[in-house]
Amino acid sequence: MQFRPIISAMRRNKVGAILIAVQMAITLAILCNALFIIQQRVAASKRPSGADEANVVVLDNQWVGSPPDQLARQQADLAALRSLPGVQDAFATNTVPLTDSGSSTGVSLHPDQKSATASAALYFGDEHAIAALGLKLIAGRNFNSDEVVDKIGYNDLKPPASIIITKGLAEKLYPGANAVGQSIYDQVLKGQVPIVGVVDRLQVPWVSVAGFGGGFSDNSIIQPFRFLSPYPILYVMHVQPGQAATVIQSAPKKLFELSRARIIGKTRPMTLLRTEIYKDDKGLAVILAVVCAALLAVTAFGIVGLTSYWVAQRRRQIGIRRALGATRNAIIQYFQTENLLIAGAGAAIGVALAVSVNLWMVSAFAMQRLNTGYTLIGAVVVMLLGQAAVLWPALKAASIPPALATRAA
Amino acid sequence: MFNYYLGLALRSLKRNIVLTALMIAAVGVGIGASMTTLTVFRAMDNDPIPQKSRQLFAVQIENWGPDNKSIVPGDEEHLQPQISYIDAVGLMNAKAAHRQSAMYKTGAALTPANGDLLPFQVQIRAAYTDFFSMFQTPFLVGGPWSADDDKNHADVAVITQKLNDKVFGGGNSVGKSINLDNHEFRVAGVLGTWAPTPQFYDLNNDQFGEGAEIYIPFTRAIDGQMQSWGNNNCNNDVGEPGWEGHLRSECVWMQFWVELPTAADVAAYRTFLSNYAADQQRSGRFHWPAHTHIRDVREWLVYQHAVRDEVRILVLVSFSFLLVCLLNAMGLMLAKIMGRAGDIGVRRALGASRRAIFGQCLIEAGVVGLAGGLLGLALTALGLMGLRSLLSEEVGRLTHFSPADITIAIVLAVLATTLAGLYPTWRAAQVQPAWQLKAQ
Repeated sequence: MQFRPIISAMRRNKVGAILIAVQMAITLAILCNALFIIQQRVAASKRPSGADEANVVVLDNQWVGSPPDQLARQQADLAALRSLPGVQDAFATNTVPLTDSGSSTGVSLHPDQKSATASAALYFGDEHAIAALGLKLIAGRNFNSDEVVDKIGYNDLKPPASIIITKGLAEKLYPGANAVGQSIYDQVLKGQVPIVGVVDRLQVPWVSVAGFGGGFSDNSIIQPFRFLSPYPILYVMHVQPGQAATVIQSAPKKLFELSRARIIGKTRPMTLLRTEIYKDDKGLAVILAVVCAALLAVTAFGIVGLTSYWVAQRRRQIGIRRALGATRNAIIQYFQTENLLIAGAGAAIGVALAVSVNLWMVSAFAMQRLNTGYTLIGAVVVMLLGQAAVLWPALKAASIPPALATRAA
Repeated sequence: MFNYYLGLALRSLKRNIVLTALMIAAVGVGIGASMTTLTVFRAMDNDPIPQKSRQLFAVQIENWGPDNKSIVPGDEEHLQPQISYIDAVGLMNAKAAHRQSAMYKTGAALTPANGDLLPFQVQIRAAYTDFFSMFQTPFLVGGPWSADDDKNHADVAVITQKLNDKVFGGGNSVGKSINLDNHEFRVAGVLGTWAPTPQFYDLNNDQFGEGAEIYIPFTRAIDGQMQSWGNNNCNNDVGEPGWEGHLRSECVWMQFWVELPTAADVAAYRTFLSNYAADQQRSGRFHWPAHTHIRDVREWLVYQHAVRDEVRILVLVSFSFLLVCLLNAMGLMLAKIMGRAGDIGVRRALGASRRAIFGQCLIEAGVVGLAGGLLGLALTALGLMGLRSLLSEEVGRLTHFSPADITIAIVLAVLATTLAGLYPTWRAAQVQPAWQLKAQ
């Protein structure tokens, strides 16, 4: 294929060629950054919480006033829930993963440490917590019932007798060593606390990657507290597979039988918590995908439109070339090569643009650096798009009869 | 002349219906995408209280010192977005502003008088009486509680119309009582619709939500040991155990707003705050010269990043998309105009001036823009509907088209398309009549 005639023809149509190249460059820049964002959001929304989400049902319970016998009521509630058909275990807590609401603390190894070794989310629970959430204990042991004490609101500042931590936090605090048997210093509750167990995973309640909690999403601590609070607290139930829907019906009914002086907010499976908390992220991904599709369509139609015009403009020249012996394929190839040259230039500019847009977004939006793979995928996609879009006008050009050359202008 | 050109433009557009349709579609899709995101952006970037946004100020005090970073990204003065109870009381007692109110978000269980009905949860804002006059909340009946009620920690409440409908079935409920966590509160007033968006006075949670259903005196809420239902941030020093300990701690969980009508008031309040911080340092509470800051509503929204990054990204993406659409339309217009070089040549030969050709083609571009804008409006309505179904209820609330948005869409479409048409039009005006006639 000869480039020179193509280039000299393009120079007569500079602006059209530049317009297509610039369109392709911007398309590429948007496309790969958008794909990158989509991939990040989807990956973030798929991070496991550590809980057996499909079989965990969460119920909000709030007492009217602060009944003095709250502990007895809570114990009665939990006993009733545990005896419900389909419920395997239950406990009461301050929060669960995928709620974006909770409490965190700085974790140190020694009291005299100036800055904390790690941040961690706090979950309160008794010896039923691990089973009710469906967590995997990978080292050490569960709480003993004598370790569990009452915590009356967040302002109750007794240090716990022991804690269970996540593998993520254990690796941060004691890299390469067994954390069980070690201890941490709780900067807030002012006490050295032994680590008795390690669970594989328990994500912090906050789901943002760039915002609060994003930097320590694998660091959680379970403290052996029975949480009593004027604040709504959560009852967490582990149900038999397939029983979630039944328990969602029966649990509030059972609790209201025990007492009506309460508010039961939502009762839902953890899978629903996940859907709700990631709704905006998923929405963003869908919107970006739709815009990308529209972008590709617009760019493609633009190429079809302009190339068709060029074909129409050059009908006579194409006829002459055909009359002089050029094959149909040669004509098709001409337009394809032309488009490849334009798309190539566009892709080159586009890659540079994509990287600079990303670098700017890294500083402006706490975004991550673009993976080079995405720019390459983007470049290939726009070049293929160009080839596909040019095919129809090129075929039309190839069908111009050589006889056209013999007719008068 | 304009009408004649308009006629010419329509005829010309009709002659090449496919190219015209492509151009209109390109402009329409671009406008649709960018207006959809712009609508949400404008709702987030909204001035929630335009008549007073330059006179209302949020107060900040660096009570954690330079060793603790701010939870607000990029704040170099180590200021937290909220203040401690100690400072709330200190500033309220000083009464250094025209109006002022400490406030925080809390909640309770409301037990209806009708025993057949179950108790339900209510969102409460604890505030001082100035809250209502400062923020110009509309009252349907009754009014704010009095300054004496603040002083006496009185069991009074202001409720929203929605709650009034729910509990009292509408009507004048002033003087009636509601039961919050087993305590009776007398209704002092019922608020009409009032939901400044964003909820500038407390951006910690539910920024675009409906706000509290009940307002009670701050002093009463503290007496009742009503915890914060919003954000409560503590440095490592959480103070002594129990409620009293919490009140004496440096935990930040309250907002503080002041009204300062004149520039002189602003300057005076700044001085007062610096002196207040210096006093705290002298008394030994702060071991550092603490920064203090007041920001008006607009500055506060920027400081707190009320417009979410996601929306900024979407606006960026959709306007780049609009650019691509316009470049596209420009290419097609160029093709179309150059295809008509013969026509233009004839018109020029018959005496049309370059200006006349220029004007004619520009009007053609404007017509395409207008059509694209109308299509864009329809697509925006569709896009906003899509957003409502895709996004959470809170953000979904921001997907409502205002008349201003419609104007913006049409003006943007016509202007942008005409701008994109400038070059093709200029090329048209350059057509040499002699060449074109010769080629014929």
